[in-house]
Amino acid sequence: MTILESRPVTARPEGGSLIEQFELGLDAPICLTWELTYACNLECAHCLSSSGRRDPRELSTEQCKAVIDELQRMQVFYVNIGGGEPTIRPDFWELLDYAVSHDVGVKFSTNGVRLNPERARFLASTDYVDVQISLDGATPEVNDYVRGPGSYDTAITALKNLQDAGFEDAKISVVCTRQNIGQLDEFKAIADQYGATLRLTRLRPSGRGADVWDELHPLPEQQRELYDWLVANGENVLTGDSFFHLSAFGVADGGGALPGLNLCGAGRVVCLIDPIGDVYACPFAIHDNFLAGNVLTDGGFETVWQRSELFTELRSPQTSGACTSCAFFDACRGGCMAAKFFTGLPLDGPDPECVRGFGEDALASGDRVLPEQGKDHSKANPTRNQPVMLTLSRRDDALEVQRSGPPVSACAENPLAGFAL
Amino acid sequence: MTETIEMLDEAWALSPAVALRPEPFGAMAYHFGNRKLTFLKRMQLVDVVRGLAECPDVRSTLQAADVPESQWPGYVAALHGLAATDMIRPRPAPAGATSEGAVA
Repeated sequence: MTILESRPVTARPEGGSLIEQFELGLDAPICLTWELTYACNLECAHCLSSSGRRDPRELSTEQCKAVIDELQRMQVFYVNIGGGEPTIRPDFWELLDYAVSHDVGVKFSTNGVRLNPERARFLASTDYVDVQISLDGATPEVNDYVRGPGSYDTAITALKNLQDAGFEDAKISVVCTRQNIGQLDEFKAIADQYGATLRLTRLRPSGRGADVWDELHPLPEQQRELYDWLVANGENVLTGDSFFHLSAFGVADGGGALPGLNLCGAGRVVCLIDPIGDVYACPFAIHDNFLAGNVLTDGGFETVWQRSELFTELRSPQTSGACTSCAFFDACRGGCMAAKFFTGLPLDGPDPECVRGFGEDALASGDRVLPEQGKDHSKANPTRNQPVMLTLSRRDDALEVQRSGPPVSACAENPLAGFAL
Repeated sequence: MTETIEMLDEAWALSPAVALRPEPFGAMAYHFGNRKLTFLKRMQLVDVVRGLAECPDVRSTLQAADVPESQWPGYVAALHGLAATDMIRPRPAPAGATSEGAVA
């Protein structure tokens, strides 16, 4: 977390491709994610920021406004506000107003808890605000399994309130999991029903997501299913450019790549400001290794963005390590940095979900060490909103057990013990 | 090619809804109305886009930005691309418009 004395100067290729330019970094992020609070009414099993409790060091209203002023000066035209649940900050609506009136457009992510008819009408009256409702299952069973009891109904009610208020084009944001990849058409139908746009993003093993990633991340054949679905329906579906690792399903030279930015933008074109003003390379990398600085103690956001040692390093030419010899490197650019880091894989090797299968080999190699999850704001004790990730099922050999009777204790005295009729 | 020739004689300007943010390789253009984002990948193209409003037509803008005539078709194609998303707009020629004098 070092800030350099002066801004490093990088030689730029004249007329190079945009990807080449982006890899060397921009003067300001294209857009950034700003998590306003770690407090949340839900306790989603896969929360990327391990949210739950408010951090007492959370930026004050005035400090938040100062950040917005700086974003306006830097001409950052858009922020994605999230959390935690941002709308439970008492000053949320005030900050929303302040940002929009300072040329900083807002898209905020919410589970919908505060989007009552009155708020929905207010939002419908604003320009330049996007609302994104999180929904991780097209049915209550699949959604509530990871997001907690009642969360499906909360999200659908919010969508309905927005639609009734005349708010146009809300977004439904879905984290793609093993349990919901089979519901893509149903998600699209829900979006159509509420006049919303579907947004699909990738599950990362970040935050509490690390605890459930093995169970939730899509299987290889589901990745193919997702890629094919995106190719067929991609025109009207947003992805946050998060599936670039799937581009290697196309041809090696990058043909067949999904639309959008096919590279890791961490510290180059995007970053994260967390609730206490810490600046991380990306929203999925809340860990000391990716902490560039703090907006309060390191001279402001612009200084951190332009002069932090970490971001300077991320903008310097990277080695592609084990991926160097892969013909598909130009298609996927090695995949997601956070996904590699939190599964204990080297950053210059394959993505754990590499579609050419190199990730599985790397995961199976056994010599990886999972990093500690640094910042945990999970609630200390479970509440009634906590998801219970249990499903009713029967053991595979249930019928066999039934036929052969109960197991026989070593102390059984009956001379016929253990004999089946 | 007729498109190229036509545009050279037309007056254009940056759309009032667009902000240009300088970048090390050129600029990022953001449209506050349709929220489209575009990157101008060359400094000279940024000069041209900024200069449109100050020159009577595209031809004189390209001349003022020292763009060699051989590259004009490429620049005009880029301007057409920007026009397609309303980044730049045709400017009605005002009666008695100031001529090249304004450029110098």
